[in-house]
Amino acid sequence: MSDMTRRQFLAITGSGLAGSSLALLGFSPGPALAEVREFKLSRATETRNTCPYCSVSCGLLMYSLGDKSKNATASIFHIEGDPDHPVNRGTLCPKGAALIDFIHSPSRLTHPEYRASGSDRWQRISWDEALERVARLMKQDRDANFIAKNAEGLTVNRWLTTGMLAASASSNEAGYITHKVIRSLGVLAFDNQARV
Amino acid sequence: MTNHWVDIKNADLVLIMGGNAAEAHPCGFKWVTEAKAHNKARLIVVDPRFNRSASVADVYAPIRAGTDIAFLGAVINYLLTNDKIQRDYVTHYTDASFIVKEEFAFQDGLYSGYDADNRRYDKSSWDYEFGDDGFARVDPTLAHPRCVLNLMKQHYSRYTPEMVERVCGTPQQKFQQICEMIASTATPTRAMTIMYALGWTQHSIGSQMIRCGAMVQLLLGNIGVSGGGMNALRGHSNIQGLTDLGLLSNTLTGYITLPHDREQDYEKYVAVRAFKPLRPNQVSYWQHFSKFFVSLQKAWWGDAATAGNRWAYDYLPKIDKLYDMLQVFDLMEQGKINGYLAQGFNPLAAAPNKAKMTAALSNLKFLVIMDPLVTETSEFWRNYGVHHDVDSSKIQTEVIRLPVTCFAEEDGTLVNSGRWLQWHWKGGEPPGEARTDIEIMAELFNRLRKLYQTEGGAFPDPILNLSWPYIRPNSPTPEELAKEYSGRALTDLVDPKNPNNVVRKRDEQLAGFGELRDDGSTASGCWIFCGAWGPTGNLMARRDNSDPTGIGQTLNWAWSWPANRRVLYNRASCDLDGKPFNPERPLIRWNGKQWVGADIPDFRIDDDPAAGVGPFIMNQEGVARLFARTNMAEGPFPEHYEPFESPLGYNPLSRNEPRAVSNPAARIFKADREALGNVAQFPHVATTYRLTEHFHYWTKHVRLNAITQPEQFVEIGAALADELGIAAGDRVRVSSNRGHIEAVAVVTKRIRALNIDGKTVHTVGIPIHWGFTGLARPGYLANTLTPFVGDANSQTPEFKAFLVKVEKVADASPASGQKS
Ligand code: SF4
Repeated sequence: MSDMTRRQFLAITGSGLAGSSLALLGFSPGPALAEVREFKLSRATETRNTCPYCSVSCGLLMYSLGDKSKNATASIFHIEGDPDHPVNRGTLCPKGAALIDFIHSPSRLTHPEYRASGSDRWQRISWDEALERVARLMKQDRDANFIAKNAEGLTVNRWLTTGMLAASASSNEAGYITHKVIRSLGVLAFDNQARV
Repeated sequence: MTNHWVDIKNADLVLIMGGNAAEAHPCGFKWVTEAKAHNKARLIVVDPRFNRSASVADVYAPIRAGTDIAFLGAVINYLLTNDKIQRDYVTHYTDASFIVKEEFAFQDGLYSGYDADNRRYDKSSWDYEFGDDGFARVDPTLAHPRCVLNLMKQHYSRYTPEMVERVCGTPQQKFQQICEMIASTATPTRAMTIMYALGWTQHSIGSQMIRCGAMVQLLLGNIGVSGGGMNALRGHSNIQGLTDLGLLSNTLTGYITLPHDREQDYEKYVAVRAFKPLRPNQVSYWQHFSKFFVSLQKAWWGDAATAGNRWAYDYLPKIDKLYDMLQVFDLMEQGKINGYLAQGFNPLAAAPNKAKMTAALSNLKFLVIMDPLVTETSEFWRNYGVHHDVDSSKIQTEVIRLPVTCFAEEDGTLVNSGRWLQWHWKGGEPPGEARTDIEIMAELFNRLRKLYQTEGGAFPDPILNLSWPYIRPNSPTPEELAKEYSGRALTDLVDPKNPNNVVRKRDEQLAGFGELRDDGSTASGCWIFCGAWGPTGNLMARRDNSDPTGIGQTLNWAWSWPANRRVLYNRASCDLDGKPFNPERPLIRWNGKQWVGADIPDFRIDDDPAAGVGPFIMNQEGVARLFARTNMAEGPFPEHYEPFESPLGYNPLSRNEPRAVSNPAARIFKADREALGNVAQFPHVATTYRLTEHFHYWTKHVRLNAITQPEQFVEIGAALADELGIAAGDRVRVSSNRGHIEAVAVVTKRIRALNIDGKTVHTVGIPIHWGFTGLARPGYLANTLTPFVGDANSQTPEFKAFLVKVEKVADASPASGQKS
């Protein structure tokens, strides 16, 4: 591998790469390093992540500006495949290669919103209002419809009139706490996107 | 996947059926290319479309959507009649020799015990015969007429090449060629991998298609070996993880099932799940069930879960029937569901029959959306012209929409198809006020708990007592949660054989599920993930990609469940003496004292092969089941049934049994049955699929993807286009009995007309990615067309085979369909 790419050079000389067994040190980087974009990448922070689409789960390198110090907002400006990742080895498909546009999509939601019964529009609300309303609606419904015993008098402790669908791309940690909370309420109408 | 992505490079033969990895999983498909280039592997693709996987295949065979069991059943017939099976493997590692009860029967497409009124089976005859010693009876000579292998022979004798041609439309010669290639892997040194995806799952007989593929693999000795396996290519990045974590109607974490109403007695609940061995000396690992369950209850309810209250058994809801997505939306349409939370999921687009879904959502009192993007579901109440024509003023549902972070803005793990839990790191701040799912669920819970504390309410105990040990209660960290699902010791754990020896100190993380106990001294939120965050730290964050044996076993890269094992059932890669069947690619071997090798042995490490312990340690039999016993809804052997919307209207395999046209055990609600179309009105077979440039309904919000595939289209074969006078680029209307869509026609040679039982059947391909929100041109949700019926076991909707009618749109005004 005499043609070392800019990415490989950055990967091994830059920050954030521990424990890789791809020992490429000793080669000099190619002329690509002189390009302007390289300069921007070289002072960027590199973070490892995983493509959120299909479950090949390609490894990603995300480059952001802003140094993670307090008060500085890190913004990601470039994403590419992680060359050290044993599955994708640096490749990304047309979906993964466009992830930067997902992060910065104009369709991203930025604040809580409320649509009243019969209305044809959203109104902006605060997190406090939003979560208080959801908690109140859930409690009302649970208290009104919770089934402690079934018709035969057996203890069943379930709540059937509110349900939840859980995300297909949220982390295990989010999924775990979602399950813990929802099941403690007695919900059975609970499903995920495994089937569709 | 039983195996993992990189392991595909070890295959000698790759069968892609029920999936299209080249387009839907491109970077994983790379390993097929690798196998072809460096392992002289050959690739077979069987699909209704000549897709991009097919374009690089050595052999491609067309098949009618929904007839995969007819095809695979005939492969089984070929292997059995030509004696192309790996005999030692089949004899010793499967239940081929087990003797089945005399009462078990099959006739005219129905198994013994059918209850037509309730569309289910009394399964009591679907079992082995048991001896006086309590063990299943076997005949190792395989001569007994009712041993599993002979019943299989008999069952699949009806599945002939001639029948394949008639039912599937696959030319006999092609079929024959494929059988010969598949049979070549019956030798111990050759392996075939099967790669499948939603093309198998999204059928009313999807689970049985997969099962049938697994049976082929077992006959060939291809399970548990490198380059083999049954490899499900999961469609979403963490669907494997959410399923492992049990986010389903009827499960807890780690495939523990919830108690049913009648299971009031905790001891009995445990007893029926702690499966006892059906043969002498078998491991039957589920015997340890109580340790998994008690450790979960301790993780969730801490000190409130005690032996005295049966580990908070009453805190768990008891289940009377399955409340899967289809059941719940049906109840919602009837007005029986009041509230709904959709977290990162767009059910209006993703669930069948959009008209029914719109009606259902309109009947809710409140809907809560948590998502990074503007989903169709969140705007179901808003008029989008022809693409979504509703009257907002008539929809009373209150909607609260909460902005959520995306992958790049949070730490945590996802589980890939190969069961690897890989840690990822936050690289940027979310836009505006977006919060993580964790923060939203945590704060919502804390608010609810506070309301119950101050006001009381229905059965508050499980809410008030839920263990919540997080340093910042409204923002538990991913690290805290990962440690919790992995598990820790709650007291000093001592070696039962030597009480002076403390094996784990109190509060220390556990190394694996072997350390779990059922006396309340351990907590683990998900037993199969136990050890992911072990005593030495977070193993999911490991990044050593070294592969010392060269067969793709990077054991120090991330962490794989269970126990960091990369190939499930790997004991089956060795013969009875513990020697690898294939010395070129050994996964593990017996060294005289213990099992060692390139993988974590799927076996007790010091179990001498001479003891005769079977390799399938999770099964009561110790061996793999060719005969499913009572585990499947529609029968112990997969049988072909037609899709609920069939272009034939009868089942060619049981022509005279009207109850066996489509899956006799699949649940279908009355109104949904009435909404089925027939072939007279809807003569074309439709199948939905994904494009390589798009992911589900997300990437239409992503500029680059919206540019590369901007506009909705449907794919029709040249023969059908000729018949209907449609040219490439014309606008067409595709309708089913549930609604219609309009799109541009792509006329292609990739889809050919099939001759099915003497009649021409055309297939229409329907990519799914468009909708009425996003940056791509507005389109119709593909699920406007699909039927509301699911697989009898998993309730996965039948998106891959239904009936439509294609027509040319006379006046194709490009403005129609734009939002006004
Ligand atoms: S880059 Fe493509 S192949 Fe890789 S995980 Fe993402 S969607 Fe899948």
